[in-house]
Amino acid sequence: MRVGGQSCSSSSSISFRKESKTTEDEDEHDSTGWPGWGFVSLVKLNLHKISKYFDGHLVLDAVTLALEKVHTLVLIGPSGGGKSTLLRIIAGLEFPEAGEVQINDERVIFQEEPLLRHRRTVGTVFQAFNLFPHLTALQNITLPLEKVHGHTPAEAEEIARQFLTRFRLEKHASKRPAELSGGQRQRVAIARAVSIKPRLLLFDEPTSALDPEMTAEVLDLIKQLRDEGRDFILVTHEMGFARQIADHVALLADGRIAESGSVEAVLEHPATAAARDFLSRVLKY
Amino acid sequence: MASNEPGASPPSARVQVLNWSLAFLLAALVFYFSFHQVNYTWNWGAVYKYRQKFVQGWLATVFISFASLGLSVTIGLFFALARRSAFLPLRYLSKLYVELVRGTPLLVQILIFFYVVANAFGVSNRYLVGVLTLSFFSGAYIAEVIRAGIESVGKSQLESAKAIGLTRAQTYRYVVFPQALRQTLPPLAGQFVSLIKDSSLLSVIAISEFTLNARDVNSYTFSTLESYIPLAIGYLILTLPISLLTRHLEQRFRYET
Repeated sequence: MRVGGQSCSSSSSISFRKESKTTEDEDEHDSTGWPGWGFVSLVKLNLHKISKYFDGHLVLDAVTLALEKVHTLVLIGPSGGGKSTLLRIIAGLEFPEAGEVQINDERVIFQEEPLLRHRRTVGTVFQAFNLFPHLTALQNITLPLEKVHGHTPAEAEEIARQFLTRFRLEKHASKRPAELSGGQRQRVAIARAVSIKPRLLLFDEPTSALDPEMTAEVLDLIKQLRDEGRDFILVTHEMGFARQIADHVALLADGRIAESGSVEAVLEHPATAAARDFLSRVLKY
Repeated sequence: MASNEPGASPPSARVQVLNWSLAFLLAALVFYFSFHQVNYTWNWGAVYKYRQKFVQGWLATVFISFASLGLSVTIGLFFALARRSAFLPLRYLSKLYVELVRGTPLLVQILIFFYVVANAFGVSNRYLVGVLTLSFFSGAYIAEVIRAGIESVGKSQLESAKAIGLTRAQTYRYVVFPQALRQTLPPLAGQFVSLIKDSSLLSVIAISEFTLNARDVNSYTFSTLESYIPLAIGYLILTLPISLLTRHLEQRFRYET
């Protein structure tokens, strides 16, 4: 639905709402059975010479990456290599000092107003869950639906409950985050991100704060999302998982893309020394 | 012995009543002993004649306190937000206001406000001046309480609010304030109680509030304790419910982070 157009440029809350209306019927008869499943798109992502400094320290050094028809881009690399920063720039949470981001040929304008609209079209999931502690699981999901995307409280609750049921969290709807396990919290956070029908999901190390069992339940969910045709960019340390789901892998080291290509090319036959060095360390055990 | 761990279940009603009685008894004993030792001769009759003055004064204090309460929260909220403003003059004005008000005695503020500022602006109603002075005094403390509450909300929360696309105003409304409220309730209640008691200082500009009336009765009857003990009880009637209400609200807003 979104392919190759500027259709996203007008994704204000109002047009979003209209869209959700028109796709409601499709959703109900969706073969996947996922609630709120509106569109399957092929993302075209264009990063052009993105640079970012933190306190005079160069974190991203003219990062350039042009991808077409990529469902799942996985960013890997050593800590401090700049992968989270890059994701946060794509999410509209950081301003790059130089460079350009294009999603589906639409340029992200790094100014408060357009950036706010941009953030409303992507779903970001953080490492530390970042749910609102004073709201229940249900309210955490309905808040953006109501206040940002213009749904009525009844609509918002219906959407939220559908997702909670899908994610097997319906029993926990009225619990606050402190009463949930880490894995449950992260699944609520993912439900919050997915429920707004984002054109792109962004996961920033979604499992690095979890123990192995909970990691598995969150990775299962992300894999399901992928199988349903969701587009996302994922920053992860889970190499095995990256191998399973990635269409494309980019390895960032020292603020540059050291390696970029298919899973096969990057993980099995790395060309650069930086990539070989990193992979030999993480794949050792 | 009862557990004082947070979240521990409170002792049973019977145990509570018993222990409260014990505490009251102990306090009563101390007072009884003290009064017994000084051999004070009570003369409630003389004071009782002026009971109307107590009621009037108390009502004036209630009115002044509640008016100041509302106004001081508004002022406090404004200066707390001004303190975080990107517009520097506003931010510095907020700092200046808080430091000046908190660093000087209320008595001096009342006198300057009444004799200088109010005169200059042609405000002649003493009650209005009283309410304004008290509100500006208390507002400085409330601004600090609110600022601390806002700052207690973690950066990750602001980030999360930003990521889901809330505007700045929405972020305050739905994320910052609800979480800050929990932090600010106890110090805010303390400030409200202080405000009510501080209203007694308005007697220096001849506002006929509770304390002024009690002092009048004392000077008519020379029955000092009989005039001032009802005064203490009158203030308690106002301040105790505030403490109890806050404790109740604290329970309601309780959640773990």
